[in-house]
Amino acid sequence: MSKNGVFSRLRRLEKVEGVDEYEYANPSCDSDEVHVLAVDDSLVDRKVIEKLLKITSCKVTAVDSGRRALQFLGLDEEETASVGFDDLKVDLIITDYCMPGMTGYELLKKIKGSSIFREIPVVIMSSENVLARIDSCLEEGAEDFIVKPVKLADVKRLKRCMFGEGRIPKQERAFNKRKLQQDSPEITNAPSLDENALSSPSHSSTSSPCSPRSFSSLPSTPCSPTSLDSPTRRVKVSDDS
Amino acid sequence: MLGLSVERLRADMNRLLALLFHQGVLDEQFLQLQQLQDESSPNFVSEVVNIYFHESEKLLRNLRALLVDKEFSDYKKMGTHLNQFMGSSSSIGAQRIRNVCVAFRAASDQNNRPGCIRALELLEYEYCYLKNKLHELFQIEQQRILAATVRYPMQQQHHQQQQQQQQPNNP
Repeated sequence: MSKNGVFSRLRRLEKVEGVDEYEYANPSCDSDEVHVLAVDDSLVDRKVIEKLLKITSCKVTAVDSGRRALQFLGLDEEETASVGFDDLKVDLIITDYCMPGMTGYELLKKIKGSSIFREIPVVIMSSENVLARIDSCLEEGAEDFIVKPVKLADVKRLKRCMFGEGRIPKQERAFNKRKLQQDSPEITNAPSLDENALSSPSHSSTSSPCSPRSFSSLPSTPCSPTSLDSPTRRVKVSDDS
Repeated sequence: MLGLSVERLRADMNRLLALLFHQGVLDEQFLQLQQLQDESSPNFVSEVVNIYFHESEKLLRNLRALLVDKEFSDYKKMGTHLNQFMGSSSSIGAQRIRNVCVAFRAASDQNNRPGCIRALELLEYEYCYLKNKLHELFQIEQQRILAATVRYPMQQQHHQQQQQQQQPNNP
């Protein structure tokens, strides 16, 4: 049944190059932990993002290309995602923008174009702070955009914003996102920096826990892991994707 | 004795780090890497840096191979290598290398071959300097760890003598 499908997929992927980590000891994995699929062609960056995610108590699968990411999800051309992938559930995809072959943008489009996987939040990382690029990613449905190098504060903020202190069922998450769009004020393009810690860690509150920030790559002073000086921007997406 | 040398080694490490920060060779991203090192990954920084060295040397070789060719025109390919180099350098906090890459890419965007060659030479120089300094840093750290975990032979002897005195009727 689906469990056998999961096992054979596991064995197949273990032999495939380009998958750095495969953490599942058994198919009925602990669903309390956030499972992140990290996509980056640079091995250095994969190691760093993997560690950043592990330190924030996330399960990580790191792959080196968009194609492998789609393979992992079951969205590649050879197979259709007909099996329920609850056991391999990915809660977040974080991908580099500039990659050979399939860019992060193209991967984003493929994911948002899939009826099964479009609900998974996708975060784009890029060393280039190009506004047009950021805009097009957000328009395509990216949850957030992080300017590299990625810091612990970025990952902690992401996790806190998206998943709160504990796991949240999918329906509630989608509801909160819609609420966020309703409640948050018009966000202008004027750069603004809001540099304060979140007052309430709870994600079920109606007010947005994340304030809009600008994308300008600011020279940051050496910061402690808990400071939130990472510049990213959240933009109201017109259509709920 | 050895206890003092642990402190001295720690001071050496901090002095070297401070110098590298002061020179702009490293930036706070390197500190971020250090913060990620813990008991579950005690060699995290040196592991990541060694991957960086390995990748960088490949990229430098590729860049040089492109530029030695007088008929060279594939600036797009050079741009790809540079982007990779820039990305990984910024990920480990190699600020000066990253800055040279930026200048290199500007020359490349203008199809300026002599400018690229100069930038490459500067890049190779900066890379050598960084590699030497980080190796030095890791060496000091290894010595410090060693010094902190060695059992002092003098103390062990003293302990054995104490035990013998307490049991005068050894068979």
